[in-house]
Amino acid sequence: MADTSQAKLIPPRAQDDPATVRVGLILLAVAIMAFFVVVPLVNVFVQAFASGAHTYWNNLVHDADTVHSIKLTLMVAPVAVGLNLVFGIAAAWAIARFRFPGRTLLTALIDLPFSVSPVVVGLFLLLLFGLQGTFGPWLRAHDLKIVFAYPGLVIATAFVTFPVVARELTPLMEALGAEEEVAAVSLGARGWQVFRMITLPNVKWGLLYGVILCNARAMGEFGAVYVVSGHIAGKTDTMPLRVEKLFQEYNLPGAFAVASVLAMLALVTLFVKTALEWKTRRDLAEAHRLQTEGAES
Amino acid sequence: MTLDVNRRVLPGFTLSLGYTLLYMSLLVGIPLAAGFLKASQLSLGQFWAAVSSDRAVAAYLLTVGASFVSAFINALLGLLVAWVLTRYDFPLKRLFDSLVDLPFALPTAVAGLVYSDLFAPKGWYGRFLVPLGIQGAYSRLGIVLVLVFIGFPFVVRTLEPVLQGLDADAEEAAACLGANRLQTFVRVVLPSIFPALITGFALAFARSLGEYGSVVFISGNMPFKTEIAPVLVVARLEEFAYPEATAIAVVILAISFVTLFAINLLERWSMRHHG
Repeated sequence: MADTSQAKLIPPRAQDDPATVRVGLILLAVAIMAFFVVVPLVNVFVQAFASGAHTYWNNLVHDADTVHSIKLTLMVAPVAVGLNLVFGIAAAWAIARFRFPGRTLLTALIDLPFSVSPVVVGLFLLLLFGLQGTFGPWLRAHDLKIVFAYPGLVIATAFVTFPVVARELTPLMEALGAEEEVAAVSLGARGWQVFRMITLPNVKWGLLYGVILCNARAMGEFGAVYVVSGHIAGKTDTMPLRVEKLFQEYNLPGAFAVASVLAMLALVTLFVKTALEWKTRRDLAEAHRLQTEGAES
Repeated sequence: MTLDVNRRVLPGFTLSLGYTLLYMSLLVGIPLAAGFLKASQLSLGQFWAAVSSDRAVAAYLLTVGASFVSAFINALLGLLVAWVLTRYDFPLKRLFDSLVDLPFALPTAVAGLVYSDLFAPKGWYGRFLVPLGIQGAYSRLGIVLVLVFIGFPFVVRTLEPVLQGLDADAEEAAACLGANRLQTFVRVVLPSIFPALITGFALAFARSLGEYGSVVFISGNMPFKTEIAPVLVVARLEEFAYPEATAIAVVILAISFVTLFAINLLERWSMRHHG
């Protein structure tokens, strides 16, 4: 990132492209982004508000099934995220702090759910917990319901978003190194004290981003939830499933109203990510400044 | 930099690893095992009949083909966007940079809904494209377009660090030896970013293979024409044809795992050629 005031004084570098190429490529990249990302995003909100703000509000608040889908999503996603958060912390602690046989394999296995099609996840859960599934007769004998009910939605969502937190946290903890934690232990701190007072403050922003990204994925999960929910309106429809049902019923304003809420969720997620990246960059610059000042004095 | 000495100093190894393995086996291991167990209970004839029906074969070919084409488009678009992001400065660059990640954060159902609306005859794109004979909605083209959206960030985010870490020396040497920028790009830059480009391509491809939520909105799901394999699984499920659905699901999983394995090999190969 060359400072423009200095750019005139410095002869052109070999890495600089001619101005026409530069401008042309920038315009082309902006056009591609506009076509594939920005216009679709704007379209969501324009369509949602196409019949006015009043209709938009009615579509969200006065449609009982839509209201139920919003509540259900708010009940499913936090549980799935909480489960994956605990797992993510445990996995990152084990992988980033210790060397053990099978460590590389474990890292690869944690990523595995990303490459399983969500529909296949849903199907396999049906095979396990459905009426004709492995545990089906036992569940029925004990009057328990997993698929076509709340527990199935949580399990499916947790499966699909399983790696997210661990993936954000592990590289971060590896980069930070274990010196501070080892020092704390040598000064007599116990396990949870080390975690609470050293590890958590160090990784909190990365952890927060992991949780928010996991939440966005959890609230937006479609394929796996579609299969295990049986999509019963007013009972097991989450927000993305509600979008699909309204779309099938040709209620486009309704579908776009629910979609706009999900799109806002995505925008908040991106905003937090960007803010955290700026903060990290500033913190790094600050640490660097303090270090160089310390060395000079 | 983690020392082996950690295990003697830091607490919680057994607890954290034990919990990781327990949770992973319960949530991921058991369902996957159940799926393969059910598939293995099918007779070979049953399995073969389900996975080799004309409709299933058409669905695999479409899934793999559309994923390949969209990943290829993403490799080209991603290279351009990553280049612009790492080499040039322009107004609102940070906003542009953040928006690259939108496909990771936006629910796939929203992407499918909005793409099918944009390319419909009355949509913002469709009103110009449909008169030209370009059907973006309820067509194979629609599947490719929405998969390009879904996989968009992969190539950009894989290429960016490699482009940033590229030594200026090589490009300067090429310029000194009389190469123009295009020659430098093709002969010097491209070979060194090629492994990352392939990795990004493979990641986008793998992501597209299993995609369901967005495609189901835009494809129209016509058997033999616009029906991808995950949609066929759901169709079989809705007919309560569980064995057939399971057999096709196992084929989808096998394709994904082979791709995953190939990505790992590629990464090792490219690391050896760089390290």
